[in-house]
Amino acid sequence: MSPNIQDVPESAAVPTDREMVRIQHVTKEFSLRHDHSFKELVFSALQKKKLSDTFLALDDVDLTVHAGETVGLIGFNGSGKSTLLKTISGVLFPDHGRVILRGRVAGLIEVGAGFHPDLSGRENVYLNGAILGMSREQIDARFDEIVAFSEIEEFIDTDVKYYSSGMFLRLAFSVAVHTEPDIFLVDEILSVGDEPFQRKCLERIRELQAAGRTMVVVSHELEMLEKLCTRIVVLRKGTVIYDGDPTEAVATLRAS
Amino acid sequence: MTAEAVEPRASLPLVPTRAEQAQGWRAPGQDAGWLNPIRERFLLRLLVRKELRVRYRGSMLGMLWSYVKPAVQFIVFYIALGVFLQLSKGTPGYAVYLFSGIVVINLFGEVFGNATRSITGNGALVAKIYLPSQLFPWSSMIVALVHFLPQLLVLVVGALLSGWLPSPTSMVAFGLGMVILLVFTMGLGMLAAALNAAFRDVENFVDLIVMVATWLSPVLYRISMVEESIGGTIWWWLYQLNPLTIVVELFHVAFWRYSGPVVDKLPMDPTLATPGEPFGLWWAGLLIAVATFVIGTVVFERSKRRFAQEL
Repeated sequence: MSPNIQDVPESAAVPTDREMVRIQHVTKEFSLRHDHSFKELVFSALQKKKLSDTFLALDDVDLTVHAGETVGLIGFNGSGKSTLLKTISGVLFPDHGRVILRGRVAGLIEVGAGFHPDLSGRENVYLNGAILGMSREQIDARFDEIVAFSEIEEFIDTDVKYYSSGMFLRLAFSVAVHTEPDIFLVDEILSVGDEPFQRKCLERIRELQAAGRTMVVVSHELEMLEKLCTRIVVLRKGTVIYDGDPTEAVATLRAS
Repeated sequence: MTAEAVEPRASLPLVPTRAEQAQGWRAPGQDAGWLNPIRERFLLRLLVRKELRVRYRGSMLGMLWSYVKPAVQFIVFYIALGVFLQLSKGTPGYAVYLFSGIVVINLFGEVFGNATRSITGNGALVAKIYLPSQLFPWSSMIVALVHFLPQLLVLVVGALLSGWLPSPTSMVAFGLGMVILLVFTMGLGMLAAALNAAFRDVENFVDLIVMVATWLSPVLYRISMVEESIGGTIWWWLYQLNPLTIVVELFHVAFWRYSGPVVDKLPMDPTLATPGEPFGLWWAGLLIAVATFVIGTVVFERSKRRFAQEL
């Protein structure tokens, strides 16, 4: 479900000159082999045949993100948005070029990826907080706030497998937005939960913007990004085709 | 400098230069490498707790299973080898002898097997969120140690009942054995985990090694029987240099060799004494273990950047 456009707050981000992320000549190639086995490997070595086709997900991408900016990444499926986000988070490494950054980075790459259904809500909050880089003291201090934001107080000691999908996503999102990183990576998560909760999430994003956090957001919700971002980058087939004013960027993508 | 103009991509260092680091720049995914398990103790503890919880979900006996499995294994081996093949006749305290070897092989099998599957098993995390991937094999080792404790307890009680008393020698032998075993197995485990991310055949191969391990070290029979058969050949040396052989012998020294019945019978049967008493080839075992650990760590560190895309 996409958020109501009138609910999306105006961007509260205040861009500064301090560079936070530098992406320099980043190229990432994927090989499209799905199964690996020794047999295939031996045969391909014997026949001197290339084992797999390759796919260029990112092709010489340059991008600098400044402190306080909210940068949107848009593009059609397969344009390399998520790959770019993953190279910033450290999950993927570029084949050429490099990514460097300042400060702590936390990704909402996939909400709830670190959740385990057999643990209680409380245990999952601790496990995920730690995975996202928080210390025990930080989690202790923010625990009540996290639970209150997710609105599932009475179920916090229930195993997550008994949660409804909405409850699950709310708790996962709540942990993620309370990790307080310097750089926030957000991938297609603003379509979480019901309308009131979405409004709350957007409000939280706005708070983070006002607090001077740097954000990189991937989404297909073009109108929402247009309002939230200070700058939008358009990707096509792994290259940057536009970088600048949000309204222009959305128009560029629609025209292509 | 001309090279830089022609090929600017190749000249960029992956890690920020010193000047850049001074300004606070770092590369994403740059971490403390093999020191991660020490730096990230809190996360490691949570991962261990998760694994223990998940292992026994919906099981009524829970942790009791870690007593039941070795008990059944022990009874089967004792009846088949001790009684039917009459190995217990020539070996005083054969039950303790057998069980002290079994716990070694069980710990080896569990650490090696779990570590091998630790990256592929946590694929959902590895592929989506950055966290130091060294933590996965390490947490599976700690889980294996938790399961090892009850077995160790049973072994100590059994040894006490058959006339064994703890001594400084047995403590040193036990400590050496544990260190060699854990360092060696973690090295193998990290190596196999890294390879298993690329080729799933590795985990089947590891199962095979674990299955054979019981028979390739003096767990069920005595090492003097091996020397009688292949003594003097290169195979005998390879057999002796197998770190598992060294560890199993150290455990025998720790829990069996200096117990009453064995000491009493020693004058009649000098083969009861362990070769190179009391600690045998411990230095060779330690060397091999450390070398394996270094190789495992280097291979793991080199390939961890590719884990996310290989899963």
